[in-house]
Amino acid sequence: MPETEAVAPQFASAQHRDETAELGMWVFIASEVLLFGGLILGYFVYRHNYVADFAAASRHTDIVIGTANTAILLTSSFLVACAVDAASAETRKLVAMLLSGAILLGLTFIALKGVEYSNEYREHLVPGIDFSFDPAHASGGQLFFLFYFVATSIHGLHMLVGIGLLGVLARLNFRSPGTRHRAALHSAALYWHFVDAVWIFLFALIYLPGRAS
Amino acid sequence: MTEWRPPLALISAWLALLLLLALTVTLAYLPLGAFNAVVALMIAATKTAIVAAIFMELRHRGLRTFVFAGAGLFWLGILLWLGSMDFLTRT
Repeated sequence: MPETEAVAPQFASAQHRDETAELGMWVFIASEVLLFGGLILGYFVYRHNYVADFAAASRHTDIVIGTANTAILLTSSFLVACAVDAASAETRKLVAMLLSGAILLGLTFIALKGVEYSNEYREHLVPGIDFSFDPAHASGGQLFFLFYFVATSIHGLHMLVGIGLLGVLARLNFRSPGTRHRAALHSAALYWHFVDAVWIFLFALIYLPGRAS
Repeated sequence: MTEWRPPLALISAWLALLLLLALTVTLAYLPLGAFNAVVALMIAATKTAIVAAIFMELRHRGLRTFVFAGAGLFWLGILLWLGSMDFLTRT
Protein backbone atom coordinates (compact mmCIF):
# COMPACT_ATOMS: atom_id res chain seq x y z
CA MET A 1 0.00 0.00 0.00
CA PRO A 2 1.46 3.43 -0.93
CA GLU A 3 2.08 5.87 1.92
CA THR A 4 -0.30 8.75 1.36
CA GLU A 5 -0.44 9.88 4.97
CA ALA A 6 0.35 13.55 5.55
CA VAL A 7 2.90 14.34 8.26
CA ALA A 8 2.19 17.15 10.75
CA PRO A 9 4.33 20.28 10.14
CA GLN A 10 6.48 19.81 13.25
CA PHE A 11 7.88 16.56 11.81
CA ALA A 12 10.39 16.33 8.97
CA SER A 13 9.21 12.86 7.94
CA ALA A 14 6.98 9.94 8.92
CA GLN A 15 10.02 8.30 10.52
CA HIS A 16 10.66 11.44 12.61
CA ARG A 17 7.01 11.33 13.74
CA ASP A 18 7.17 7.65 14.68
CA GLU A 19 10.46 8.03 16.60
CA THR A 20 8.96 10.95 18.53
CA ALA A 21 5.95 8.81 19.42
CA GLU A 22 8.25 6.08 20.75
CA LEU A 23 10.22 8.53 22.92
CA GLY A 24 6.94 10.00 24.17
CA MET A 25 5.83 6.55 25.27
CA TRP A 26 9.11 6.10 27.17
CA VAL A 27 8.51 9.40 29.00
CA PHE A 28 5.04 8.19 29.94
CA ILE A 29 6.49 4.87 31.12
CA ALA A 30 9.03 6.78 33.28
CA SER A 31 6.12 8.56 35.01
CA GLU A 32 4.39 5.20 35.50
CA VAL A 33 7.58 3.74 37.00
CA LEU A 34 7.35 6.45 39.66
CA LEU A 35 3.66 5.72 40.32
CA PHE A 36 4.38 2.05 41.03
CA GLY A 37 7.73 3.01 42.61
CA GLY A 38 5.93 4.97 45.33
CA LEU A 39 3.73 1.98 46.10
CA ILE A 40 6.71 -0.35 46.21
CA LEU A 41 8.64 2.03 48.48
CA GLY A 42 5.68 1.90 50.89
CA TYR A 43 5.76 -1.88 50.69
CA PHE A 44 9.48 -2.05 51.52
CA VAL A 45 9.13 0.33 54.47
CA TYR A 46 6.31 -1.70 56.03
CA ARG A 47 7.91 -5.03 55.19
CA HIS A 48 11.06 -3.79 56.96
CA ASN A 49 8.99 -2.96 60.05
CA TYR A 50 6.82 -6.12 60.00
CA VAL A 51 9.03 -8.86 58.51
CA ALA A 52 7.24 -11.82 60.13
CA ASP A 53 3.75 -10.39 59.52
CA PHE A 54 4.48 -9.82 55.84
CA ALA A 55 5.81 -13.38 55.46
CA ALA A 56 2.71 -14.80 57.19
CA ALA A 57 0.35 -12.70 55.05
CA SER A 58 2.22 -13.54 51.86
CA ARG A 59 1.73 -17.26 52.57
CA HIS A 60 -2.03 -16.62 52.38
CA THR A 61 -1.87 -15.44 48.78
CA ASP A 62 -2.70 -17.94 46.03
CA ILE A 63 0.67 -18.97 44.57
CA VAL A 64 -0.96 -21.22 41.94
CA ILE A 65 -3.08 -18.45 40.43
CA GLY A 66 -0.22 -15.96 40.87
CA THR A 67 2.24 -18.18 38.99
CA ALA A 68 -0.31 -19.05 36.28
CA ASN A 69 -1.10 -15.37 35.81
CA THR A 70 2.60 -14.53 35.49
CA ALA A 71 3.03 -17.18 32.78
CA ILE A 72 -0.14 -15.90 31.05
CA LEU A 73 1.10 -12.32 31.04
CA LEU A 74 4.60 -13.26 29.83
CA THR A 75 3.04 -15.24 26.99
CA SER A 76 0.73 -12.38 26.04
CA SER A 77 3.77 -10.09 25.89
CA PHE A 78 5.46 -12.62 23.61
CA LEU A 79 2.43 -12.58 21.28
CA VAL A 80 2.39 -8.77 21.20
CA ALA A 81 6.14 -8.68 20.43
CA CYS A 82 5.48 -11.15 17.58
CA ALA A 83 2.65 -8.96 16.27
CA VAL A 84 4.95 -5.92 16.22
CA ASP A 85 7.65 -7.94 14.47
CA ALA A 86 5.21 -9.33 11.88
CA ALA A 87 3.27 -6.10 11.29
CA SER A 88 2.91 -5.27 7.61
CA ALA A 89 0.09 -5.07 5.10
CA GLU A 90 0.71 -8.64 3.91
CA THR A 91 0.51 -10.18 7.38
CA ARG A 92 -2.46 -8.26 8.71
CA LYS A 93 -4.56 -11.38 9.35
CA LEU A 94 -1.74 -12.96 11.32
CA VAL A 95 -1.17 -9.73 13.28
CA ALA A 96 -4.87 -9.56 14.14
CA MET A 97 -4.76 -13.17 15.32
CA LEU A 98 -1.65 -12.61 17.46
CA LEU A 99 -3.19 -9.52 19.06
CA SER A 100 -6.49 -11.36 19.66
CA GLY A 101 -4.50 -14.08 21.43
CA ALA A 102 -2.79 -11.50 23.62
CA ILE A 103 -6.16 -9.87 24.44
CA LEU A 104 -7.66 -13.24 25.32
CA LEU A 105 -4.74 -13.98 27.66
CA GLY A 106 -5.17 -10.52 29.20
CA LEU A 107 -8.85 -11.23 29.86
CA THR A 108 -7.94 -14.62 31.36
CA PHE A 109 -5.54 -12.82 33.71
CA ILE A 110 -8.32 -10.45 34.83
CA ALA A 111 -10.78 -13.36 35.28
CA LEU A 112 -8.28 -15.29 37.44
CA LYS A 113 -7.62 -12.14 39.46
CA GLY A 114 -11.39 -11.95 40.05
CA VAL A 115 -11.42 -15.55 41.33
CA GLU A 116 -8.52 -14.67 43.63
CA TYR A 117 -10.26 -11.54 44.97
CA SER A 118 -13.48 -13.41 45.69
CA ASN A 119 -11.57 -16.16 47.55
CA GLU A 120 -9.77 -13.53 49.59
CA TYR A 121 -13.09 -11.85 50.37
CA ARG A 122 -14.45 -15.17 51.66
CA GLU A 123 -11.30 -15.71 53.75
CA HIS A 124 -11.77 -12.28 55.41
CA LEU A 125 -8.54 -10.94 53.98
CA VAL A 126 -9.92 -7.63 52.66
CA PRO A 127 -8.82 -4.77 55.00
CA GLY A 128 -11.77 -2.72 56.20
CA ILE A 129 -14.37 -5.39 55.36
CA ASP A 130 -14.53 -7.75 58.31
CA PHE A 131 -10.76 -8.40 58.19
CA SER A 132 -9.64 -11.26 60.40
CA PHE A 133 -6.17 -12.75 60.59
CA ASP A 134 -3.90 -14.62 63.01
CA PRO A 135 -3.77 -12.08 65.92
CA ALA A 136 0.02 -12.45 66.23
CA HIS A 137 0.45 -11.08 62.69
CA ALA A 138 -2.71 -9.02 62.27
CA SER A 139 -1.33 -5.46 62.10
CA GLY A 140 1.40 -6.09 59.51
CA GLY A 141 -0.86 -8.60 57.75
CA GLN A 142 -3.50 -5.94 57.25
CA LEU A 143 -0.90 -3.55 55.82
CA PHE A 144 0.29 -6.27 53.46
CA PHE A 145 -3.22 -6.90 52.15
CA LEU A 146 -3.83 -3.18 51.83
CA PHE A 147 -0.77 -3.00 49.55
CA TYR A 148 -1.88 -6.16 47.77
CA PHE A 149 -5.32 -4.82 46.89
CA VAL A 150 -4.19 -1.29 45.98
CA ALA A 151 -1.23 -2.46 43.85
CA THR A 152 -3.01 -5.30 42.07
CA SER A 153 -6.14 -3.24 41.35
CA ILE A 154 -4.08 -0.36 39.90
CA HIS A 155 -2.19 -2.95 37.87
CA GLY A 156 -5.51 -4.52 36.78
CA LEU A 157 -6.74 -1.10 35.67
CA HIS A 158 -3.60 -0.79 33.52
CA MET A 159 -4.36 -4.21 32.06
CA LEU A 160 -7.88 -3.11 31.10
CA VAL A 161 -6.51 0.02 29.40
CA GLY A 162 -3.92 -2.13 27.60
CA ILE A 163 -6.55 -4.63 26.44
CA GLY A 164 -8.63 -1.74 25.04
CA LEU A 165 -5.59 -0.26 23.28
CA LEU A 166 -4.60 -3.59 21.73
CA GLY A 167 -8.19 -4.12 20.57
CA VAL A 168 -8.38 -0.73 18.86
CA LEU A 169 -4.97 -1.15 17.23
CA ALA A 170 -5.69 -4.70 16.09
CA ARG A 171 -8.72 -3.29 14.29
CA LEU A 172 -6.90 -0.26 12.82
CA ASN A 173 -3.96 -2.34 11.61
CA PHE A 174 -6.31 -4.84 10.04
CA ARG A 175 -8.48 -2.27 8.25
CA SER A 176 -5.84 0.21 7.14
CA PRO A 177 -2.30 -1.02 7.66
CA GLY A 178 0.43 1.60 7.25
CA THR A 179 3.41 3.07 9.04
CA ARG A 180 1.26 5.31 11.20
CA HIS A 181 -0.85 2.52 12.68
CA ARG A 182 2.19 0.27 12.92
CA ALA A 183 3.95 2.97 14.99
CA ALA A 184 0.87 3.28 17.20
CA LEU A 185 0.87 -0.49 17.68
CA HIS A 186 4.53 -0.26 18.63
CA SER A 187 3.77 2.34 21.32
CA ALA A 188 0.87 0.28 22.68
CA ALA A 189 3.17 -2.76 22.75
CA LEU A 190 5.72 -0.83 24.83
CA TYR A 191 2.93 -0.03 27.31
CA TRP A 192 1.81 -3.68 27.40
CA HIS A 193 5.36 -4.90 28.07
CA PHE A 194 5.73 -2.29 30.81
CA VAL A 195 2.55 -3.55 32.52
CA ASP A 196 4.05 -7.05 32.23
CA ALA A 197 7.30 -5.85 33.88
CA VAL A 198 5.35 -4.27 36.75
CA TRP A 199 3.63 -7.60 37.33
CA ILE A 200 6.98 -9.42 37.40
CA PHE A 201 7.92 -7.30 40.42
CA LEU A 202 4.50 -7.45 42.07
CA PHE A 203 4.64 -11.24 41.76
CA ALA A 204 8.04 -11.36 43.51
CA LEU A 205 6.88 -9.02 46.29
CA ILE A 206 3.40 -10.44 46.88
CA TYR A 207 3.49 -14.19 46.28
CA LEU A 208 7.04 -15.36 46.95
CA PRO A 209 7.97 -14.12 50.46
CA GLY A 210 7.54 -16.47 53.41
CA ARG A 211 7.16 -19.66 51.35
CA ALA A 212 10.23 -21.38 52.84
CA SER A 213 9.40 -20.69 56.51
CA MET B 1 -0.92 -15.06 4.11
CA THR B 2 2.81 -14.48 3.73
CA GLU B 3 5.28 -16.77 5.45
CA TRP B 4 6.24 -15.24 8.76
CA ARG B 5 8.05 -17.10 11.49
CA PRO B 6 8.62 -15.77 14.99
CA PRO B 7 12.26 -14.65 15.30
CA LEU B 8 14.50 -16.90 17.38
CA ALA B 9 15.26 -14.00 19.76
CA LEU B 10 11.58 -13.63 20.71
CA ILE B 11 11.08 -17.37 21.22
CA SER B 12 14.25 -17.67 23.32
CA ALA B 13 13.23 -14.65 25.41
CA TRP B 14 9.78 -16.13 26.03
CA LEU B 15 11.19 -19.55 27.03
CA ALA B 16 13.86 -17.92 29.23
CA LEU B 17 11.15 -15.89 31.00
CA LEU B 18 9.07 -19.01 31.69
CA LEU B 19 12.17 -20.87 32.93
CA LEU B 20 13.07 -18.00 35.25
CA LEU B 21 9.50 -18.01 36.56
CA ALA B 22 9.77 -21.73 37.37
CA LEU B 23 13.18 -21.12 38.97
CA THR B 24 12.02 -18.24 41.16
CA VAL B 25 8.99 -20.20 42.42
CA THR B 26 11.17 -23.23 43.20
CA LEU B 27 13.83 -21.17 44.98
CA ALA B 28 11.15 -19.42 47.05
CA TYR B 29 10.49 -22.76 48.80
CA LEU B 30 14.15 -23.36 49.73
CA PRO B 31 15.03 -22.02 53.19
CA LEU B 32 17.71 -19.45 52.30
CA GLY B 33 16.82 -16.97 55.05
CA ALA B 34 17.28 -13.36 54.03
CA PHE B 35 18.62 -14.50 50.66
CA ASN B 36 15.16 -15.61 49.54
CA ALA B 37 14.17 -11.96 49.07
CA VAL B 38 17.47 -11.09 47.35
CA VAL B 39 17.15 -14.05 44.93
CA ALA B 40 13.49 -13.24 44.14
CA LEU B 41 14.31 -9.60 43.37
CA MET B 42 17.40 -10.49 41.33
CA ILE B 43 15.39 -12.91 39.18
CA ALA B 44 12.63 -10.28 38.80
CA ALA B 45 15.25 -7.75 37.65
CA THR B 46 16.67 -10.27 35.16
CA LYS B 47 13.20 -10.98 33.76
CA THR B 48 12.50 -7.25 33.42
CA ALA B 49 15.84 -6.78 31.64
CA ILE B 50 14.89 -9.50 29.13
CA VAL B 51 11.49 -7.87 28.55
CA ALA B 52 13.09 -4.43 28.09
CA ALA B 53 15.95 -5.58 25.86
CA ILE B 54 14.08 -7.99 23.59
CA PHE B 55 10.31 -7.42 23.76
CA MET B 56 10.66 -3.64 24.07
CA GLU B 57 13.48 -3.74 21.48
CA LEU B 58 15.90 -1.63 23.51
CA ARG B 59 18.80 -3.71 22.16
CA HIS B 60 18.12 -2.23 18.72
CA ARG B 61 17.92 1.36 19.98
CA GLY B 62 20.53 4.05 20.35
CA LEU B 63 21.73 6.29 23.16
CA ARG B 64 18.79 8.69 22.85
CA THR B 65 16.19 6.02 23.63
CA PHE B 66 18.41 4.66 26.44
CA VAL B 67 18.45 8.10 28.06
CA PHE B 68 14.65 8.31 27.92
CA ALA B 69 14.17 4.75 29.20
CA GLY B 70 16.94 5.14 31.80
CA ALA B 71 15.45 8.36 33.20
CA GLY B 72 12.60 6.39 34.79
CA LEU B 73 15.05 3.99 36.44
CA PHE B 74 17.23 6.87 37.63
CA TRP B 75 14.29 8.64 39.32
CA LEU B 76 13.09 5.34 40.76
CA GLY B 77 16.58 4.86 42.23
CA ILE B 78 16.43 8.27 43.91
CA LEU B 79 12.92 7.56 45.23
CA LEU B 80 13.83 4.18 46.71
CA TRP B 81 17.27 5.23 47.95
CA LEU B 82 16.34 8.48 49.74
CA GLY B 83 12.92 7.15 50.71
CA SER B 84 14.25 4.08 52.53
CA MET B 85 17.39 5.72 54.00
CA ASP B 86 15.80 6.67 57.31
CA PHE B 87 14.15 3.28 57.86
CA LEU B 88 17.32 1.33 57.05
CA THR B 89 19.61 3.38 59.30
CA ARG B 90 17.32 4.12 62.26
CA THR B 91 18.27 2.17 65.37
